[in-house]
Amino acid sequence: MKTSRLWAWITFGVGAAYFLLPLIATFEFSLRMRRGVYSFDAYRSVLGDPYFQATFFYSVLVAVFTILLGVLLVVPTAYWIRLRMPRFRPVVEFITLLPLVIPAIVIVFGYIRMFGSSSPLPFLASTRGADALLVIGYATLALPYMYRAVDTGLATIDVRTLTEAAQILGAGWTRIVIRVILPNVLIAVLSGAFLTFAIVIGEFTMASLLNRPAFGPYLQNIGANRAYEPSALAIIAFAITWGCMSIIQILSRFAPKSANQPR
Amino acid sequence: MAETFLSIRGVQKSYGPNVVVQDFNLDIGRGEFVSFLGPSGCGKTTVLRIVAGFEEPTSGTISIGDRDVTNLRPNQRNIGMVFQAYALFPNLTVAQNIGFGLKVAGMAKAEAARRVAEMLELIKLQKFGDRYPYQLSGGQQQRVALARALAPKPRVLLLDEPLSALDAKVRVSLRDEIRSIQKELGITTIFVTHDQEEALSISDRVVVMSQGRMEQVGAPFEIYNFPKTRFVASFVGTLNVLNGKVADPAKGTIAIDGQDIVASRGLGATKAGDSMSVALRPESAMLVDLGGGRNRMRGTIEDVSFLGSVVRLRVRFTDNTILMDTFNSPNFPPPARGQTVTVIFAPEDVLVLDGLEAA
Repeated sequence: MKTSRLWAWITFGVGAAYFLLPLIATFEFSLRMRRGVYSFDAYRSVLGDPYFQATFFYSVLVAVFTILLGVLLVVPTAYWIRLRMPRFRPVVEFITLLPLVIPAIVIVFGYIRMFGSSSPLPFLASTRGADALLVIGYATLALPYMYRAVDTGLATIDVRTLTEAAQILGAGWTRIVIRVILPNVLIAVLSGAFLTFAIVIGEFTMASLLNRPAFGPYLQNIGANRAYEPSALAIIAFAITWGCMSIIQILSRFAPKSANQPR
Repeated sequence: MAETFLSIRGVQKSYGPNVVVQDFNLDIGRGEFVSFLGPSGCGKTTVLRIVAGFEEPTSGTISIGDRDVTNLRPNQRNIGMVFQAYALFPNLTVAQNIGFGLKVAGMAKAEAARRVAEMLELIKLQKFGDRYPYQLSGGQQQRVALARALAPKPRVLLLDEPLSALDAKVRVSLRDEIRSIQKELGITTIFVTHDQEEALSISDRVVVMSQGRMEQVGAPFEIYNFPKTRFVASFVGTLNVLNGKVADPAKGTIAIDGQDIVASRGLGATKAGDSMSVALRPESAMLVDLGGGRNRMRGTIEDVSFLGSVVRLRVRFTDNTILMDTFNSPNFPPPARGQTVTVIFAPEDVLVLDGLEAA
């Protein structure tokens, strides 16, 4: 074996160990709830907990609304920027990157000040309003991922010519976006959607400070008060995230093919 | 020309101080096939896009039939268009692509299916209805694009360099197919190309454009044989330019490299000794003397290019050279390099460039 190849394997091994060892250790610890034997008791305990179910399904619902809002916001914006205002692309890219550099806690404090019960837009005066604000906040957090995913998808098709081809055939803007553009960037949109889902499921700061019964605060609460269940939850959350990533990979195989990108 | 169907009146297009189309006026008859021919950046595609409604003219109007469509959006004009890059919807099958415009128009499903089948038959791709665009060759994709444009029965068909992305053989066959379909349907068509052979071979009329202006409008025969401007003369076909001096303006005699030739079209207001440029098409010159009052110039073969059916010779006189074409025949081998020959051409074929408008 060549020396360079040996070093490559060593590097790979160190990297893999760095990621896998804590995971294996967490998984192993999560199986130790029953004394002396390995068992899935911690998982049974977590999955049977009504708070787990309630918070998890709440977060799933919020994630679905966040994805819908993100798609409604990002697809037409990214499309319009590519079609009519390409010179503003760097500006929009900068704006979409802001959630990565502005901490969630800053954003949520801004929300609380702006949309408190005594403000002109009192989102926080009602439960539904707070839920809506959480969805808006999550859409902001997911913006960098959603925008990039959609923009990359748009880069793979000839947006302008397809738009003009649809226009000359009589189609209006709504039909063009729904029937021509969206189906051709659907895989990119789904990638953005699953990334959004992964972010929303584990998010703690916004949900906690807006006092919403989401999965993130539940994770934190369990982590602070139990021994084995947090490890089980970590593995479950990890499995959900990896499940999402796998679905993105699988779906990307079904992307519509263009003449320039033959199968 | 048949009755005017599409009218482009006083169209001008500017981007800031940059004028890309100026004073464009053209009437196109019903069922006529008109080509816009010119180099890249001459404004031909801009005019086409103005007709389609994708660009707004700075001034001027577009009328189809008796209706002014200048302010209508592209989806309100009932125009079909074929793009250079095919622009088929990748997520739809061939049949769905062809049926797209019909669906938009709200046509009943059964009727739309019949029309799609009709179109597939027209482009001879009956068995390809269920395929996706990426499963077709470039030529097949462009035929589908043509069928898609024609399916909703548009009033005008616009073809924006539809053959540019195809290889040479497919270009020729698809060009003929487009023309035969256009004739069959009798649809008014504008074809944009920078390929003169394409424009000359399939058009009823050709509009030659340069720097946003119409240089000349006419039938292909007229454009090729009787160019009105220097630009048209040089852009359409290959042109040999010979520089000499006027010998006898009354007789139309010009001295080229010390050899006198006659131009029958007249030398205009010139006097003996004036510098003069004349032009000659490669196919107008020959090595065989057919008699009559033809011009004769002695020269030396400098190069011989075998082009299949034609052999192209480069002949040097003294300072001037010309390219000339002779038909290939296995019984008559072409002259060799260095051979002295007599180049013979008719006075009627000598084009006096100084008499043409400058480009």
